[in-house]
Amino acid sequence: MQAESPGKRRGREEEVAMKDPVDVLIIGAGASGAAVAWSLADTRMHILCLEQGGWMNPAEYPSTGRDWEAKFFGEWSSSPNVRGRPEDYPINDDNSPIKVVNYNAVGGSTVMYTAHWPRLHPSDFKVKTLDGVADDWPIDYDALTPFFEENDRMMGTSGLSGDPLSPLTHPPMPQQPMGLSGAIIGKAMNKLGWHWWPSDTTVATMDYEGRARCINLGHCTPACAQGAKSSTDITYWPHAIRAGVELRTHCRVREITTDENGMASGVVYYDKDGVEQFQPAHVVIIACNGVGTPRLLLNSKSSRFPNGLANSSGLVGKNLMFHPYAQIYGYVKEPTDSNRAPPTCLWSKEWYDTDLSRGFVRGYGVQFVRGAGPVFEAVVSEQKGILPWGEDHHRVFRKLNGHRLGFSAICEDLPEEHNQVTLDPVLKDSHGIPAPKIDYTISENSRKMMEHALARGREFLETAGATDICINSPIPWGGWHLLGTARMGIDPERSVVNEWGRSHDVKNLFIVDGSIFVTSGGVNPTSTIQALALYIADQMKQRLANLFD
Amino acid sequence: MSADNQLTRTQRDDLRTIAAMIVPASDEYKVPGADDPAIQADMLATLGRDTKLVAAALDHLARLAGAPLAGLDAEKREAVAQQFRKSGGAAAATLARVVLQCYYRDDRVLRSLGIELRAPFPKGHVLPDGDWSLLDPVKARGGSLRQVP
Repeated sequence: MQAESPGKRRGREEEVAMKDPVDVLIIGAGASGAAVAWSLADTRMHILCLEQGGWMNPAEYPSTGRDWEAKFFGEWSSSPNVRGRPEDYPINDDNSPIKVVNYNAVGGSTVMYTAHWPRLHPSDFKVKTLDGVADDWPIDYDALTPFFEENDRMMGTSGLSGDPLSPLTHPPMPQQPMGLSGAIIGKAMNKLGWHWWPSDTTVATMDYEGRARCINLGHCTPACAQGAKSSTDITYWPHAIRAGVELRTHCRVREITTDENGMASGVVYYDKDGVEQFQPAHVVIIACNGVGTPRLLLNSKSSRFPNGLANSSGLVGKNLMFHPYAQIYGYVKEPTDSNRAPPTCLWSKEWYDTDLSRGFVRGYGVQFVRGAGPVFEAVVSEQKGILPWGEDHHRVFRKLNGHRLGFSAICEDLPEEHNQVTLDPVLKDSHGIPAPKIDYTISENSRKMMEHALARGREFLETAGATDICINSPIPWGGWHLLGTARMGIDPERSVVNEWGRSHDVKNLFIVDGSIFVTSGGVNPTSTIQALALYIADQMKQRLANLFD
Repeated sequence: MSADNQLTRTQRDDLRTIAAMIVPASDEYKVPGADDPAIQADMLATLGRDTKLVAAALDHLARLAGAPLAGLDAEKREAVAQQFRKSGGAAAATLARVVLQCYYRDDRVLRSLGIELRAPFPKGHVLPDGDWSLLDPVKARGGSLRQVP
């Protein structure tokens, strides 16, 4: 907590006198914050969400301009450190082979994600029981099933029901077209006798709930100008706001305050003009992701909570899980979809479950990659050394461009306390708030898993006829999934929140984002993060009469 | 670098020379080199946040060359370029990216590659739906989720 001048404190006291407390204050308007806001709205409580970013303007999205690819290297980079928008906060990830990527706006990182939509498997909730590693979750898959379904309907999913190796889903829209790349992938996987299936995605393949269908603008990870890719600014938020939730943008929370009883009393934040404000609240819900949430809790130190808020276990910030990505790609003779489609369309669960004969425990999901645009292809291939300088440049570029096919393994990262988020002693954001520092290493188990995935990926690519095979392992700017840093559990000494998301230490403080994951599974987590947020909101609604007992 | 955060005349000359070494003009493919005036103008106009690193790369290049790059004989120039690529680090990578991202958005280059001259939005692209009978072997093989006690 920063030292506070008497003048500032007096200002805050005046604010307290001026501002009415809200019933529920949500911090963060991304994947989980939007879902929990929408779900709680039917209680008719006064709900306020503070978001450090602003509303996005699709007319300014990269795909509306000819220089769409160049923007990925600057203002539309997935790295907040590169992007450096005023809404972003810096992250010291020098001591990590995997760099954090995120987005700060209404919609959060759903503005900038691949929209790949697998769920954790039932077995992911029982890791200790099944494999003797890490911990079981305090809840199981069945507890989340109705919320997965509700979330799929709200976000709008596309896919093909009936995958034998994935949990049963009921996407309201048909799967994405197979395209040129999908056919090549399917044929190669069939030759090898390996599982593959069209991915569930949050890309609308038909007009859905006021959103237009996908027209294949191309690489839609950095936002969709068509509005076909679900981000919570265009799914949950319009509904939540219509239901009465107040959303205040460009408001960055510095700390959560507590009262003499050790209950959360509100938050101190900087408004859009940079003026410090205090907002009292009866309930505080944190939805800031696996890096932003521990940062906020650690920045909320006080004499009662000297190690940070909700941190009697000492586990706030610990057990950071990223999902190391082992990516391998090559170039086939046939044309691929290149930049003419969403980047992913198919997955494989062939290696998802533990098989100890592979030399590691747990497993990985695979997402296949359709290709790349010309600028990305040129830049990355030059850096990899497969695109020469000089006379032969043009011949080689024509061989590579529009022929790329990729295999990306999402390796399950097991929780380890030394992988952590702390506060950087020097680095601060534009409001002077201490920035997060990441210390992370890839475990031996993960390394073996990644090697296994690369070997399978090479077999796949060679079967597809690919040459010029390249590897990114880990994908350096692949820290999309920020998990585990305020884990849920029944034991207050081994977890930060209980089995329904409430802090063990502060009984009116809840966490609903990926930081409460106990283990990471081997899939993209957003579907499960949002199902958890809806589950926690439902638990809160059921317990309103004795929420703080 | 001059006070207005732009490249100096010498740096611009070296950028033009190294750009042509990265992507030379080609009669065979009917494309300009990356030293083409329009492409160079695009680079200079859009350097923006990359200016500092590109300037650092060009300073490094000047140190390796010891003279304007264009003034060196072909063999020496090639040796300098190779050394630059090997030892230039993040700055050299940024310079190469700037050259390539401007080159591969030039109308003449995109035409040569058969790429339409337009933004992806609003027209988008059409994808073949594909032959979903390819999934039949996967369905036939079946399988089940791992059992949970």
